[in-house]
Amino acid sequence: MTVLEQPGTYAPAPPPSWRPRTEAAPLLPEAEPYRVLGTRTAEREGGEQTGPDAGLLRRLYAAVVQGRRFNEQATALTRQGRLAVYPSSRGQEACQVAAALALRAEDWLFPSYRDTLAAVARGLDPVEVLSLLRGDWHHGYDSPGTRVAPLCTPLATQLPHAVGLAHAARLKGDQVAALALVGDGGTSEGDFHEALNFAAVWQAPAVFLVQNNGFAISVPLAKQTAAPSLAHKAVGYGVPGRLVDGNDAVAVHEVLTEALDRARSGGGPTLVEAVTYRLEAHTNADDATRYRADGEVEAWRAHDPVTLLERELRDRGLLDEETVREAEEAAERQAAELRERMHQDPQPDPMELFAHVYAEPTPQLREQAAQLRAELAAEHEAAAAARPAGNPAAGEETR
Amino acid sequence: MSTAVRQPTAARTDRKPATMGQALRRALRDALADDPAVHVLGEDVGTLGGVFRVTDGLAAEFGADRCADTPLAEAGILGTAVGMAMYGLRPVVEMQFDAFAYPGFEQLVSHVSRMRNRTRGRLPMPMTVRIPYGGGIGGVEHHSDSSEAYYLATPGLHVVTPATVADSYGLLRAAIASDDPVVFLEPKRLYWSKADWDPEEPDAVPGIGRAVVRRRGSSATLITYGPSVPVCLEAAEAAREDGAEGWDLEVVDLRTLSPFDEETVAASVRRTGRAVVVHESPGFAGPGGEIAARITERCFHHLEAPVLRVAGFDIPYPPPMLERHHLPGVDRVLDAVARLQWESGFTSGGRGGAEGRGGGAL
Repeated sequence: MTVLEQPGTYAPAPPPSWRPRTEAAPLLPEAEPYRVLGTRTAEREGGEQTGPDAGLLRRLYAAVVQGRRFNEQATALTRQGRLAVYPSSRGQEACQVAAALALRAEDWLFPSYRDTLAAVARGLDPVEVLSLLRGDWHHGYDSPGTRVAPLCTPLATQLPHAVGLAHAARLKGDQVAALALVGDGGTSEGDFHEALNFAAVWQAPAVFLVQNNGFAISVPLAKQTAAPSLAHKAVGYGVPGRLVDGNDAVAVHEVLTEALDRARSGGGPTLVEAVTYRLEAHTNADDATRYRADGEVEAWRAHDPVTLLERELRDRGLLDEETVREAEEAAERQAAELRERMHQDPQPDPMELFAHVYAEPTPQLREQAAQLRAELAAEHEAAAAARPAGNPAAGEETR
Repeated sequence: MSTAVRQPTAARTDRKPATMGQALRRALRDALADDPAVHVLGEDVGTLGGVFRVTDGLAAEFGADRCADTPLAEAGILGTAVGMAMYGLRPVVEMQFDAFAYPGFEQLVSHVSRMRNRTRGRLPMPMTVRIPYGGGIGGVEHHSDSSEAYYLATPGLHVVTPATVADSYGLLRAAIASDDPVVFLEPKRLYWSKADWDPEEPDAVPGIGRAVVRRRGSSATLITYGPSVPVCLEAAEAAREDGAEGWDLEVVDLRTLSPFDEETVAASVRRTGRAVVVHESPGFAGPGGEIAARITERCFHHLEAPVLRVAGFDIPYPPPMLERHHLPGVDRVLDAVARLQWESGFTSGGRGGAEGRGGGAL
């Protein structure tokens, strides 16, 4: 029997099992990046103190000043050969610092390679955080102890880790959220899609912060996506999207705090797009003048995260010269200590290369370790033989 | 540790034989019951019980959180499993078919295999990745790959593949209990193979990293694993019955491809003086090449002939109508055995390989 031969009147109807899965409108991000700094002057003039908490402003200020100095110092260390590479977050300090300060002690952070500052702002030892970028084989800090996952190099691959960890925490009944950081280029990766989708289906307490700094190395966002905004991508997963001025530390902190609270209380994931700018090249090995105009960089310098915060504090009478000096001195102290410690030569033990491949080394690895040990012993012996007899300390450099 | 494993000879009358699929299912069930950290996840593993029914009933018994249907995305499954392991869980992931595991490859290579090393042991990955693999079930394209060489090329992973019902249970329990990531390759055409096996009192089997001699022999050693173990055992029987040659073939079942049990393999080859490595995966740059090289390095002066390989052809896995020409079968194995230079004047003249070599095969 064909459709035409079916009895009864033909009544057009939607496909039988179709229904909208979720309301799209509440998931839509802001029409323009959400801002706080400099937007509430009028209310304050009316005598009402409605601006952000003064304590929070001061904490964010001290942290971005220190963050800016950290970025400068780390870039300098690459020129001195003390860091193999440094992907700077200069210009993105508001995102980095706000992400770290929005977390509670029990939450986890999942950084990418450009997010060293977020880890440092969370209180980790800067030298440990820079281990991989220094050229060591391991990632330096104690991940379970600090609740900061290893800095992740393959783009967006840490996002599903954040979702899995958040899901596991929720299964255990722990009030723990995971905050995963990714860049605009990373949103094109399949793992971004899969992570957002898993998080939404599982209602995992995960928050995704996309730092849209305009470039994936040299490729501008226009070649990366045709989406209205990166925050709009959330809607397709049934996840709320938020769009925020990434250079406004207070706005980023507020949006992330809300999203993390929502996640911890069982409200599910959020995708936050922070619109910011990478003031430096991709890394010290990159030349940004090949793909972007100076004028563009200058426009963003006028929207600098440190200046924005400083202006707000001054407008509200929360910043005196002593506070400025204190913040700068603290930043300088941290930079000096970093410089000094990074100028000491690390002594990695080659034998440790075999120690953590498996819980127990395999017979094959034991054999290879024995080979390397013998080679090292031979090197040591040769070096000892080259020294003048009876004077083991001197003559090292004469060989 | 004994390398011989009791092979059930005849089914006892008081119970039905168990299949490999049932033993695997029982291993998952017992692991879920014994350790609340164990979580099974994958595509169709919940209500359906998996396309091969290995997870049948687990969601009903342990709940949808412990045996979870995931979205259809293998990188997402492995990636979220990494996060779960970071939080102290012990994920057991099912990849639906060998060739459908490839989207998860980056997570496996860049994270699962390296997280322990990168964190100096602070974030181990106690994860099991179950993958039905190999051909012989008439599967259409992408359903019959032997993908083990990819995993063997990745330091940080263990690669385990059972060939018997008892091993399926014992090795899967060991894989789940391991603090290292284990790629657990299940020979899919053996899912329905049967043996007398007691689920209430599973046989103790050697652990991960140990090969076993499945059949004692003196003429030559067949070194194999997974789906090719029954083929080699059959070939050994045929060689015996054949009469004309009357080879007495030893069969070593590797059980674990990484770490490789050189000790058991080398001991066998030193005894027999001849070796053939048999597997389904393509021969070029396949496991057989590595195994042959290691045997040559360890047993050179005991060898009466070059180590030969019987492997799948170096072609994309063929369609069901032609797969019998691709899979190493009894005849191809025996052809290889026949090429082990039995006529060589340098041998001690007997069929017994190294037997009687005493002081001077040369």
